[in-house]
Amino acid sequence: MKKLSLAFATLLLLGAAAFAAAEEAAPAVTARDAPNDAGGTVEITWPASPLEKEEGFKGYEVQRRAEGEEVFVTIGELLAGEVVHQDQEAEDGVPYEYRVRALTSESAPVVLGVSTAKASGQWFNTARSNALIGVVFTSFVIIFFIFRAKGGAELFVRKIAGLDAVEDAIGRATEMGKPILFVSGLADASEIATIAAMTILGKVARKTAEYETPLIVPCYDPIVMIVEKEIVRQAYTEAGKPDAFDEDSVFFVTQSQFGYVAAVDGIMLREKPATCFYMGAFFAESLILAETGADTGAIQIAGTDRVTQLPFFITACDYTLMGEELYAATAYLGRDPLFLGSLKGQDWSKAAIMLALIVGTIFLIISTDLGLWFAKLFETSAS
Amino acid sequence: MRRELPLAICFIMGIIMTVQFFIPHRHSQWLFDNMLKWLIIVLTFAMILGIGNLVKLHIQKVQRRRRDWLYSIVALFGISASLITGFGWGIEADSPFMVLYNYIQIPMQATMFSLLAFYIASAAFRTFRARTLEATLLLVAAVIVMLGRVPLESIVGRWLPDLAEWILDYPNMAAKRGIMIGIGLGAISTALKIILGIERSWLGGGD
Repeated sequence: MKKLSLAFATLLLLGAAAFAAAEEAAPAVTARDAPNDAGGTVEITWPASPLEKEEGFKGYEVQRRAEGEEVFVTIGELLAGEVVHQDQEAEDGVPYEYRVRALTSESAPVVLGVSTAKASGQWFNTARSNALIGVVFTSFVIIFFIFRAKGGAELFVRKIAGLDAVEDAIGRATEMGKPILFVSGLADASEIATIAAMTILGKVARKTAEYETPLIVPCYDPIVMIVEKEIVRQAYTEAGKPDAFDEDSVFFVTQSQFGYVAAVDGIMLREKPATCFYMGAFFAESLILAETGADTGAIQIAGTDRVTQLPFFITACDYTLMGEELYAATAYLGRDPLFLGSLKGQDWSKAAIMLALIVGTIFLIISTDLGLWFAKLFETSAS
Repeated sequence: MRRELPLAICFIMGIIMTVQFFIPHRHSQWLFDNMLKWLIIVLTFAMILGIGNLVKLHIQKVQRRRRDWLYSIVALFGISASLITGFGWGIEADSPFMVLYNYIQIPMQATMFSLLAFYIASAAFRTFRARTLEATLLLVAAVIVMLGRVPLESIVGRWLPDLAEWILDYPNMAAKRGIMIGIGLGAISTALKIILGIERSWLGGGD
């Protein structure tokens, strides 16, 4: 019995010692290489000090010294409650020792702990793994349907009223003997919406060439102007009317947002176009343009991927292509199987997202933790 | 070659920049920063082309006495005045260029922007005429959201701002996100078509 008590007491002592050791081992200050960064940054964290509650607490001081250096240098001073600091001046591969001190007006600084870390840049941003999976999946689905379409598969595309109206709108201008105005947004040529607008311009120009209807294309961006001039020239050549192409029909206006609006509004009021197209990226000027066009009595077809501008176009225009409908214009107007295939791919990717939304909703109904875990899978870092 | 070379450059750069998005390392960042610098250089040269086109167009208009050619003289005068004052006296705070910018261009831009208020009123009037079920729903939702933004809490209570917030946070946000998901997928699809050389409109039309 005595032996058993002795063994039990020894075990308790050992357990207490281990617990104390573990408590002692728990680092008060942790320095680590900042994750998913370009390099040169170390992140230092520490638990809030009990001194924070005492009167005279001034804050924390973060200090650093490189390997082999004697003196710690202060690299940051933080207020109470702030327990994370990023050292963005660290040299990659150099081990640094970080020390955090609590500053009080009553006594000398209290060292909370010391930790060592090396900064380094990463070759893969793990916070974007889900984005990579999403892009690979979507690309695979789109390419699969492009090949299917190439193989001759019949693909159905729903009716898009705004695109069906394009030909009628051009016909109306021809009958009235008035020009057509095409505005391709206020973004540069690197914007997807601008590229979609250029594609639609090509189709519109082909028709205006066939019907010999004047076309006016005022441009906000000089590069867009150069590309659009070539697009319109090519369309007239393909329509067999290269001589009908007016070099001055596509022109640069200005890169001042409201200066551009004033110029285009002036063109609308002077030339009274029968049809106005607004395709591409638009900002605060969307309603000014569309309302002026409505005042002149023109048929207006707009298309943008800027969600905030959609209500204005829906209000003032006869037809509006919403978001992806703008991108679908090439496939819809050209009926090229390759483009139709990519549309189908988009639809299936959308179906996958809808499935994920349904699964997420069911998980959330079953358990909040499960739902939040599922939602976390789709979180991605923007920077 | 006129088409193959740009297509090859587009394909290679498209792949490189896609991969770059997933690499945070400083070498990858260096590449991205330099690409942006190249873009600025290209845009600067393009601006010269743009101004050249603008000047040519207006000179032709004046020479041929086309309709409203007097406006072209104003445009040419504006361009010349900006260039002469900018290159002659610099762009410091009190320079003639900044005087032109601050006292002519900015007020004119502000005038155009302020027109938006009147256009919003006229567009709202047209849209909110309750002729159909959809227009009526839109009218009701708009009135609630507009009144919900006005500090009427002490008179009508908390329910109005709460209802306005609910309309913005749920039905409105759901519709917005639906459109944005479509835009995201459409952007991936268009980018893919451009990288693979299926979409070639950016080359200036034709196949």
